Amino acid sequence: MLVLVGMSFVVLAGCLRFGAEPVSFGDAARILFSALRGDPAERETAGPATVILLQIRLPRVLLSCLVGGSLAVVGAVLQALLRNPLADPYVLGISSGAAFGAGLAILLGIGTTLWALAALPLFAFAGGLLALLVVYLITRVDGQLPVSVLLLAGVILNAIFSACLMFVTSIMEPNRSFGMMTWLMGTLTAPTYQSLLVLALYLSTGSILLVRFARPLNLLALGEQAARSLGVEVEQVKHRVFVISALMTGVVVSVSGMIGFVGMVIPHAVRMVLGADHRLLLPAAFFAGAMFLMIADTIARTILAPAEIPVGIVTALAGGPFFIYLLISQKGAMTR
Amino acid sequence: MTSPVYHVTDVRFRHNHNRSAAKNWVFEGLSFAVSPGEFIGILGPNGSGKTSLLNLLARLKHPQAGTIRLFGENLVQLKQDAIARTVALVPQDYLPTFPFSVEESVLMGRFPHQRSDTFFSLLSGMGWESDVDRKIAWSAMQETNVAHLATRSIEAVSGGERQRVLIARALTQEPRVMLLDEPTAHLDLHHQMETCRLLRRLNDDRGLTVILVSHDLNLASQYCDRLLLLDHGRIVALGTPHEVLRAETLRAVYGCDVLVDQHPASGLPRITIPGRVNAGGSPMQSI
Repeated sequence: MLVLVGMSFVVLAGCLRFGAEPVSFGDAARILFSALRGDPAERETAGPATVILLQIRLPRVLLSCLVGGSLAVVGAVLQALLRNPLADPYVLGISSGAAFGAGLAILLGIGTTLWALAALPLFAFAGGLLALLVVYLITRVDGQLPVSVLLLAGVILNAIFSACLMFVTSIMEPNRSFGMMTWLMGTLTAPTYQSLLVLALYLSTGSILLVRFARPLNLLALGEQAARSLGVEVEQVKHRVFVISALMTGVVVSVSGMIGFVGMVIPHAVRMVLGADHRLLLPAAFFAGAMFLMIADTIARTILAPAEIPVGIVTALAGGPFFIYLLISQKGAMTR
Repeated sequence: MTSPVYHVTDVRFRHNHNRSAAKNWVFEGLSFAVSPGEFIGILGPNGSGKTSLLNLLARLKHPQAGTIRLFGENLVQLKQDAIARTVALVPQDYLPTFPFSVEESVLMGRFPHQRSDTFFSLLSGMGWESDVDRKIAWSAMQETNVAHLATRSIEAVSGGERQRVLIARALTQEPRVMLLDEPTAHLDLHHQMETCRLLRRLNDDRGLTVILVSHDLNLASQYCDRLLLLDHGRIVALGTPHEVLRAETLRAVYGCDVLVDQHPASGLPRITIPGRVNAGGSPMQSI
């Protein structure tokens, strides 16, 4: 665990180093330390490197860290709840619901007037929660949520929301619909420190709350009946975890669009290395997801520098083959 | 006066998805009681309601009418973890989705005993098991002969070993009642007897009340104090093996002829399938 935390910091430093405008490690460290000391002399003589590092690169790397970590934790939690190692926010339709909410906000012009901080996450959370409520109401049979029906409802809802989202995109003005498309593919743009702080509050609170459910989640991963017979208040835990997951997904989608694969691959990979105990898995997944997205975003903004590609493309292209590799290398162990 | 372990009164139950059908009641007025320290076998043909009954006793399902009392307390009013500290359920089969180790799986039996009210656990929030928890889990693993598998993945052990892991997990709950759904179904002869002896020993030494569902009439006859024979959700017979395992009763319930004689060592009823008549051996007589 400590190794993972340490590795995260190394990766963070590495990601600061690389970019369209390279900054050496020494310079980066000097700039960071003087910024931390609040040295007024340094601020006056601030060169382009300082501005790039502090105003653009650092907030963006921190954002990718938060988004990646949160996606991985939410993915791991949903996998446990659905007892399906391939589940993530997308399978349940939470992401597309959130994206539709955010898309609607952009269409109505709310996104441009009252920028991201207030309106967009709210719309996305509403969309995500709406998706979740619909899935829940379709699925519920006498206060129970049969997993198979839940999955099916999620798949169908996903299709419906995707169609709605495509409709919204198609009636937009061309230049805005282009922005919409890039956002949908998953893009991380440098946030202000204020919005970063709000995000960090939301996402870290959500993550910590989810980690606190780790032990009941272990039992739920065995099956609902087994969990109940071992003393878990199954419905209560499920409801809470679903709402927290929807909130976090809404927040993440509103800032970064649809970044796929992190929520599916990272928990899976961590589970193969550390085992299935969620008390280890969830925190580890946060750091692994954070590292993964920091690296992916660094690649996204450097590979065609000064142009950028949506980070969602990188995560899918990097995550997919990695996933296949893990499957092949573990195949023997799995069928034993 | 000690209250009975279970006091089941007029229980009516049907599965929720059968709401539209007028009939299809699994139980229409089921009543019986279980005393502390009893070893009871629930028998009956497929679909007679054995597993449903076990699920009702573990409160995995709720009856539509009637009451089930556990040590005098109404089952519907108890909290889930309070039930889990008293009653342990060993399910029939368990297909693992995630690679928990055997030791982790057994330790999960400590969940209902976790203390969530202490300051320390609020602070940590992770609910790691204590040394006491580990000790209890370890002795349960030794008792069920799975200690050597501790670090193996639950996915990587055989069906029989997994069955014993589930019994170890149930023991780790430190229950007063153990419910088992066909505990010997996946086991070879050696492990069938091992399991039954283990349950018998727990019953004799610790006064653990055991209620098990079985298709194996002979094992039930040899190890259970009382048998409960179900057919279409009704109790056909409830009593000692001698009282329940009669050729005419079994014929009425299972719809086939069996030979019932006495076990040469224990004197308890022994059930034999008729087989081919006069296939070389001497003809047997049914008593």
